[in-house]
Amino acid sequence: MLEKAFKGSRLYRNWLLCLLGLMALGLFFYLIQLREGLTVTGMSRDVSWGLYIGQFTFIVGVAASAVMLVLPYYLHNVKEFGRITVLGEFLAVSSVIMCLLFIIVDMGMPTRLFNVLIYATPHSVMFWDMVVLNGYLLLNILIAWNVLEAERNSVAPPKWVKALIYVSIPWAFSIHTVTAFLYSGLAGRDFWLTALIAPKFLASAFATGPALLIILTYILKRYANFDAGKAAVQKLSLIVTYALVITLFMIAVEFFTAFYSKVPGHMLSLRYLFMGIEGHGKLVPLMWLFVVLAVFALVILLNPKMRRNDGALLLACVAVFVSMLIEKGISFVVGGFIPNPFETVTEYVPTLPEIMVSLGIWAVGLFLLSVFYKLVVSVKAEVE
Amino acid sequence: MLGLGTLPIASALAGTGQERFSPAPKALAGKRWAMVVDINKCDNCMKCQRACHAAHNVPDIKDREEEVKWIWSEPFEKVFPGLENKYVGHGAQKHHCMVMCNHCENPACVRVCPTKATYKREDGIVMMDYHRCVGCRYCMAACPYGARSFNFQDPRPCIKQKNLEYPARRKGVVEKCNFCAERLAAGLLPLCVEACPRNVLAFGDLENPHSQVRKLLTTRLALQRRVELGTHPNVYYLV
Repeated sequence: MLEKAFKGSRLYRNWLLCLLGLMALGLFFYLIQLREGLTVTGMSRDVSWGLYIGQFTFIVGVAASAVMLVLPYYLHNVKEFGRITVLGEFLAVSSVIMCLLFIIVDMGMPTRLFNVLIYATPHSVMFWDMVVLNGYLLLNILIAWNVLEAERNSVAPPKWVKALIYVSIPWAFSIHTVTAFLYSGLAGRDFWLTALIAPKFLASAFATGPALLIILTYILKRYANFDAGKAAVQKLSLIVTYALVITLFMIAVEFFTAFYSKVPGHMLSLRYLFMGIEGHGKLVPLMWLFVVLAVFALVILLNPKMRRNDGALLLACVAVFVSMLIEKGISFVVGGFIPNPFETVTEYVPTLPEIMVSLGIWAVGLFLLSVFYKLVVSVKAEVE
Repeated sequence: MLGLGTLPIASALAGTGQERFSPAPKALAGKRWAMVVDINKCDNCMKCQRACHAAHNVPDIKDREEEVKWIWSEPFEKVFPGLENKYVGHGAQKHHCMVMCNHCENPACVRVCPTKATYKREDGIVMMDYHRCVGCRYCMAACPYGARSFNFQDPRPCIKQKNLEYPARRKGVVEKCNFCAERLAAGLLPLCVEACPRNVLAFGDLENPHSQVRKLLTTRLALQRRVELGTHPNVYYLV
């Protein structure tokens, strides 16, 4: 089946070559990082996690969001999603692989990676994160491949695959919950120490993932002659709308608790992010970009007429994706480290090597996604 | 050949049922090691830091953001945020406090470490295994005291005079104060305690009612950093 993925138009092949180039560039900068150490990044003693762990956290959400297709289709028989559920599953596969890569590039001693297995430590949330992420990867590889294979042979997927699909639904929630627990169980970091992190992560993931899927269906329609169907896109857009409203609500209530209670620890990180403290405010413009994009998307999505307009919906989805990327992929992690335990501010700005390594990992994810989607589209074209 | 090769195994087996390692006869024994810092006596001379960092091969990194430090000084209001009071112009608040790993009774770093590279000994010392650490820095995110340093770069070129008695670290691992576990094993007090010319630092077993630290704690009010978190730090500050 895989051979289909590499027979394509010139545009498709050039796109893959571009991604390969970006991967090579990322690898080059990663080799520099391996030689020099994490000193080539913008991270510091005070802000000891940065872009890598931020991107990891954000992309776990993208992976989890496949459930927004799987759950309606398999539990509620939402037929509109029949054609695209497998797209969600392959998106999950590509994103979990990106997550694992982001973890590896963040490690100071990547050669000791397997110490996490050799000295498995169940009281560490990181151990459980490894378990649920790898489990989710395996589940989705098995499911997506078998569902597609069955479709190609015009038969129903085997029974055991159906069982795995049901397991994958709560599993999707677990990956983002456990990722949230990496943060929300740390007593010393006021910004993260709230039970709201897991639900907020899930809500923003369910806005981001479906928004990305809508963008992807547009691309597939334009370049791959694959139409997901207007009904499916509209259903997805409704999910994005509700999830975005819930996410922004949860972000807003944090402000109330912090600024009405006036407990300094709760106010400081938010103040740093949105207003700056003691003249430090490198993230302030980015945070206001997040606000503007989120409000812009909200206005379009809440307005049914605009939401039904293809162009407007596409713009809104891009805005949702970028705003959530800022909020979860950058500010959430960095904000937790500022101020430091001595209430002083050390700022964080990612460096060129850090950005290039991250882009390289994005290229890996996009490469895998392109190959998978090419496969899906070819199989569907063959069957039809 | 075979006989010689199996000799160490045979002797190891012969030792079963007994303690395989017994502490050196001179080793200091304690159930809960603690440090008491008398803030008022400290004149910030940093002799403790120099002694500690030289003995433990702590690199002198120029970039402040990538510093490695085991013991250092911070102003009172940074160590105890919220406890400062702008109307009191004298006393402890004017002083600097030496800070180090608190060797918490309930250490967050140990809880989060995915490989047990940081672990708590029976005597309360929170230790680091530099050879097991994967460099994920989860412990740094978890430590509420900023006590941990990461080797962002190779530390060896930044060690002025290497002490061959103690291992140097390599880039990519986390390190911190170890309450001089290697000196306790040889019957010696931590170096910072010994190096201080003004008796600012006292070290001893909190479970021992006759220890110097227990006596000091009865004399004056002692603060611990961020007690509200339930970590139970074992470094006390006399104010």
